[in-house]
Amino acid sequence: MIHPETIKRQRLIIFILVFLILATVIFSLGLGTSQLSFSRIIPVLLGQGNFNENFVLFSIRLPRLVITLLAGMALALSGSILQGLSRNDLADPGIIGINSGAGFAVALFFLYFPLQVGSFIYLLPLVAFAGALITAILIYFFSYDRNSGLKPIKLILVGVGFSTALSGAMMVLISSADRSKVEFISRWLAGDIWGTDWPFVLALLPWLLILLPAALYMSNRLNILALGNSIAVGVGMRVEKEQAILLAIAVGLAAASVSVTGGIAFVGLMAPHIAKTLIGKRHQLFMPIAILIGGWLLLLADTIGRNIFQPQGVAAGIMVAVIGAPYFIYLLTQN
Amino acid sequence: MKFDLKKNKVNSLSFSFILLASLLILVASFFLAVVFGAAEISAAQVWQALTASGTGDDILIIQEIRLPRAVAAVVVGAALAVAGAIMQGMTRNPLADPGLFGLTAGANAALALAIALFPALNYFGNILASFIGAAVGAGLVFGISSLNKKGFSPFRIVLAGSAVSTFLYALAKGISLYFQISKNVSMWTAGGLVGISWTQLKLIIPFVLVGLAATFFLSRQLTILSLKEEIAVGLGQNIFRIKVFLFIIIIVLTGASVALVGNIVFLGLMIPHIVRAAVGRDYRFVLPLSALSGSAFMLLADLLARTINAPYETPVVAVVAMLGLPFFLIIVNKRRRDFA
Repeated sequence: MIHPETIKRQRLIIFILVFLILATVIFSLGLGTSQLSFSRIIPVLLGQGNFNENFVLFSIRLPRLVITLLAGMALALSGSILQGLSRNDLADPGIIGINSGAGFAVALFFLYFPLQVGSFIYLLPLVAFAGALITAILIYFFSYDRNSGLKPIKLILVGVGFSTALSGAMMVLISSADRSKVEFISRWLAGDIWGTDWPFVLALLPWLLILLPAALYMSNRLNILALGNSIAVGVGMRVEKEQAILLAIAVGLAAASVSVTGGIAFVGLMAPHIAKTLIGKRHQLFMPIAILIGGWLLLLADTIGRNIFQPQGVAAGIMVAVIGAPYFIYLLTQN
Repeated sequence: MKFDLKKNKVNSLSFSFILLASLLILVASFFLAVVFGAAEISAAQVWQALTASGTGDDILIIQEIRLPRAVAAVVVGAALAVAGAIMQGMTRNPLADPGLFGLTAGANAALALAIALFPALNYFGNILASFIGAAVGAGLVFGISSLNKKGFSPFRIVLAGSAVSTFLYALAKGISLYFQISKNVSMWTAGGLVGISWTQLKLIIPFVLVGLAATFFLSRQLTILSLKEEIAVGLGQNIFRIKVFLFIIIIVLTGASVALVGNIVFLGLMIPHIVRAAVGRDYRFVLPLSALSGSAFMLLADLLARTINAPYETPVVAVVAMLGLPFFLIIVNKRRRDFA
């Protein structure tokens, strides 16, 4: 039984966050190198723009925003699940090696399969997804113990190990490439939202549409799992099966978003944590909030990074890391 | 952990044998590394090149390409293995490694910054930059882990190292993307052993030698420190001063290796573990043996990297990372009790 006051509070927070996201979207739509004044945004959105305005808004800025928002949401949800599963506030899809798995696959693919640019760019998300998935399976396999099941701490440690090894290998792979390829892969790894076209939205959206309700539906099981394996077994839960399903959901979400945005860490760490301090630890309460915060954070990071450091811009992933790492360290020092 | 030094696995005599054996392995690996390669070269020619008693293209290949490369492998292997051994002893953390604790990431970020801001900086300036960077990275990780009065569990230090590394790599990437110098930076940070020249070696080797020599003077203190901090205090050691010295040594050794070949992960983790399994926990034995086996390992890894997909080179950094991962997993598995 959840207190009505708490539910009211959750509604209020969600409302504020939706407002913040909308405000950021409008603000971000008006910023950029090509001219499109703020006063024209609403009319163009309503279909009264000329060809130029339509092109800038619908083909360049809007898809990027949508992708950023969706990716942030997916990462936040993935982080929430991972933190619940590992009973550790420090879990994050980026830190435990999913990003570097995807990155390694992308670098390998990019260097050794010279394809046509057209088809190639749409193949990249698939490759990244496969890389992330394989890495996650390996991490799961190595942190699984026959006697005691899945050990949360070991999951994270093994993830860190994989992440270190793969990024070491990746650095070297990219150093052997020519200059333009190095620039592209570096941008990819830095988490520079690169898939900015409607097809990439389509690549990301189905995952969210399926996995988001699934995760929310399972939030009660996450609550129980967070109490400890013995309690979960005590209330009649098939712990290993549930853990595997939830882990698969988390990996699917993270892999899907990393595959279109590039390596972005720390969103999945910060968003759930902020949400938990706002509303408490029950998953059905904080997960929707975490999702919104994640989307908003990444949107904000991308908007700032794109516009502050002209003309190159700084990748969203770097902006997030610069904010996220100190936050992570702060968490680490608090027990 | 066992505290009894007398129960050490070896005495001085059998240690001398082990030392001699690993020296032989090192010499053999060195020889192999110089003989095998893309160009056909005979053992006799290698001898001629070493004794400078011959001329010709092959001799030149040996003197200007293979020898510097092999020497670099020896230097880096020894430096990283010893740095890892010191870190493991000092922090009493089985997972300590220059790569995992933020040192390489720090050196990386500093190199990127130096190349971006001072493009005309010479090689020596870049070495200094990577020293400073390694110090910053290590300082961050150790600083963070000392914020907590009770001290951090090994697990948390690894996480702190991972977060600091992610942060510093992001900085390095940001800098190199903004100034469009990704390729130049990656030539430093991922160069591996390709194209190392005598000029580079002449600058780096003194640092490593001084670092290694200093280590061997402090090995007794390190052994005591690795037991327990209270014991070291009880035995009248000035812990702070020793730790500062050791810290500086780690920085110099790691910074020099990063400047020379880039990010090599897991080497400093693996070698000391293997060595301790052979000779026990006395660092007077562990350190010299780590240096020798680190060098031999690096030579063989480079040889593997050059021959695995000949005539193309597989970067040695990737080979070491891939060999190191299973090892890391084994340690995590074995020592699970220590991490909670």
